[in-house]
Amino acid sequence: MDFIRNFPFFSIMFAMLCAILTSALPKKGAKVLCTVMISISTLLNAAVLYYTCVTGESYVYIMGHFPAPWGNELRAGVLEGLMGTTFSIVMLLSVLGGARHINEDLAENKISLYYVMIDLLQGALLALVYTNDIFTAYVFIEITTIASGGILMIRQIGRTTLAATRYMIMSLLGSGLFLIGITLMYDLTGHLLMSNIQQSCAQIVADGRYTVPLTVVVGLITIGLCIKSGLFPFHFWMPDTYGYSTPASSSILSGLISKAYIFLLIKIFYRVIGFDIISSSKVLNVLFVFGLAAMIIGSVSAIRENDIRRMTAYSSAAQIGYIFMGIGLGTSAGMTAAIFHILTHAVTKPLLFISASGLSDVSNGSKKFRDLQDSGFRNVPAGIGFMVGSLSMVGLPLFGGFISKLLFATASVQNPNKMLPTLIVLAISTVLNAVYFLRTVIRIYRPAADKETLQVEGARPDVRMTFGQQRLFVMVMICFVALNLVLGLYSQPITNAITAGLTMLA
Amino acid sequence: MQKISKKERFEAWINGEIPSAEEQLLNESGRHVYQSTSTVQAKRRHKNPRDYQNAFEIKAFQKVYNVLSVVFCLALIASLLITVSYLPRVGGTDNPGNNEVAERYIEKGLEETGAVNIVAGMILDYRAFDTFGESCVLFCAVCSVFILLKVSDRETAKENDRIHEPKNDVILQQIARIIVPLGLIFGIYVVLNGHLSAGGGFSGGAIMGAVLVLYLLAFGFEKTERFFNEKVFRVITCSALSFYCLAKSYSFFTGANHLESIISTGTPGAIISAGLILPLNICVGLVVACTMYAFYTMFRKGGM
Repeated sequence: MDFIRNFPFFSIMFAMLCAILTSALPKKGAKVLCTVMISISTLLNAAVLYYTCVTGESYVYIMGHFPAPWGNELRAGVLEGLMGTTFSIVMLLSVLGGARHINEDLAENKISLYYVMIDLLQGALLALVYTNDIFTAYVFIEITTIASGGILMIRQIGRTTLAATRYMIMSLLGSGLFLIGITLMYDLTGHLLMSNIQQSCAQIVADGRYTVPLTVVVGLITIGLCIKSGLFPFHFWMPDTYGYSTPASSSILSGLISKAYIFLLIKIFYRVIGFDIISSSKVLNVLFVFGLAAMIIGSVSAIRENDIRRMTAYSSAAQIGYIFMGIGLGTSAGMTAAIFHILTHAVTKPLLFISASGLSDVSNGSKKFRDLQDSGFRNVPAGIGFMVGSLSMVGLPLFGGFISKLLFATASVQNPNKMLPTLIVLAISTVLNAVYFLRTVIRIYRPAADKETLQVEGARPDVRMTFGQQRLFVMVMICFVALNLVLGLYSQPITNAITAGLTMLA
Repeated sequence: MQKISKKERFEAWINGEIPSAEEQLLNESGRHVYQSTSTVQAKRRHKNPRDYQNAFEIKAFQKVYNVLSVVFCLALIASLLITVSYLPRVGGTDNPGNNEVAERYIEKGLEETGAVNIVAGMILDYRAFDTFGESCVLFCAVCSVFILLKVSDRETAKENDRIHEPKNDVILQQIARIIVPLGLIFGIYVVLNGHLSAGGGFSGGAIMGAVLVLYLLAFGFEKTERFFNEKVFRVITCSALSFYCLAKSYSFFTGANHLESIISTGTPGAIISAGLILPLNICVGLVVACTMYAFYTMFRKGGM
């Protein structure tokens, strides 16, 4: 049983080894190795989740012969296991669901490089989840940043190159601020290991000696990770990034990578600086305000879009706002809601992106609403997938989105100062979500007005996708819908696990 | 524009017929600017490669952007400078940085890692996981550059080669004949002595990579391809990184599970000592050299 303690380390190193080996493989072998690796990684992480749930406590894992604070460490608890498992599942489904587009969109000689990037991302995301050392976190942030630029620009149309440039500028700015933050932190505390820094931070606050630099450090790290995860007003790279890359990349970027940064931020709040210090500082209020603004502005921008992928991308900006709003509430209930929303969004946004690509496939490759009419009938699984994703994002009971909105509302009641704005903005944002998502659903299920006129214009060939033509895609859709239902129907055990995980984190 | 009722407008919105901000601007400028571009051809096609005018968001908010970016940078600079004045004094004896961590690295480093060069002991033994991540960053960067710049066929690559540079420069060739062997030997020395003196995989690899680039610059691809082509590059990077990954995994695994490791630290000061540090330095050196060389070839012609 104790052998399971090795699993976080195994999953990270195995992903990295596969990335290295994949670079020498042809595209078919690369795909197989990547799929196998992520599946194994899912199992390993699920075992970690099970183990930590059973033992009921977190554990540290020494990377090498030297204990902390001299060597590196990993740390696993319920929350880390949950995140690792979810990330692996979503990664697997995104890669499988986008596999056909990967073959179509990318140049022949670069497909195996795409899988190298996916392997690297998988390893880096897990390392970000499990690390107990703030500098290790920075190293794997670097890998994540470069690899996400890679999976973005690998579809070489001019628009993605532009998007990748913009993404890299913003993301590197975020990394830079984060690195400056760590450096100053090391100067103040003399440690890089999270638990040791936490003790030193408590000391600093008690002494009152270095409080000004500590505030700056908190600010730099928070802003850096906010830029990287795309909180308003740093969300302008999102529509291009998610709108034009290959669907698997959009799903991974929006569903996993921005979430990993937010999770790291939560971890830093709890494990590095200490939640008491954070909640007494003003940082959370800033996050709260920008979270609220993002919820509204992301949704308003989404309403004005005519492109289904760009609309979904703006919706991501709004959902990131929800998460930061939950963090900004400054209570553990708010944090639970935020983490639950990370999970919901991680399983819903990839579903939306991949099903949107399925709808485009039967509409002459167009992503514009005016061409998508009737597409829900021509590609039934994609239509159902998009509808389920939309309803979940809007917050219909049965689906995950409802539970997270419920948790946000309940959490806000515990914080009297922030209750009113939270509830008002939550209501407005839900209505706006409903406006743009239901508009899309109406659009894709609107029957073609007149078959004859269409044929005369020759505007759109009557392409259909049956179940048999896209078995893998259908399976991916079913899994995503099932995940959404699990989050919606079995929310209680999951919220309990999150609460337990948060207690372990502190 | 004729007046339309609210219902018609709503219908048009549902159908996606009301142009979004982006579409409006694209239509005004009269053409779709985001056509497919591949590096070299695009530069030839557009006379001015830096055509900022058509990126609509920049055009619309140009002035606001300029002012805000200056204000933002000034604010950031000011706040960071103010912070510096609150930091612990440089070199102070009671600084938080002077704690048990640095103490053990300095006092016990030699004994525990077997490396005379404490820095090598720190990065390749105490904190080897970080360094493994760092080597993977290099690998990741190389793959990304391949993704961005690699052209599909050798003919295009050949055409791209040396558009702007002179060929077969005699002065360069004469000097390269002297420098290349010396530099290569020096690079190998720095890598192999990484655990004994200043240096190590990263710096030695950088020297070797620079020497390879100089050789390529002087003599062109015909000469380098005899011993270094894409296949060799793949074999070297893959085997070096896999060895690093597997060797370190073994050491992490034994360390974490408190098992006996077969790797001994040897006699400090001998060339074969310090356990895994020497082989890892060689791996890192090879990866760094290959990375630098690959960057250069990719930027020069988009192929190897």
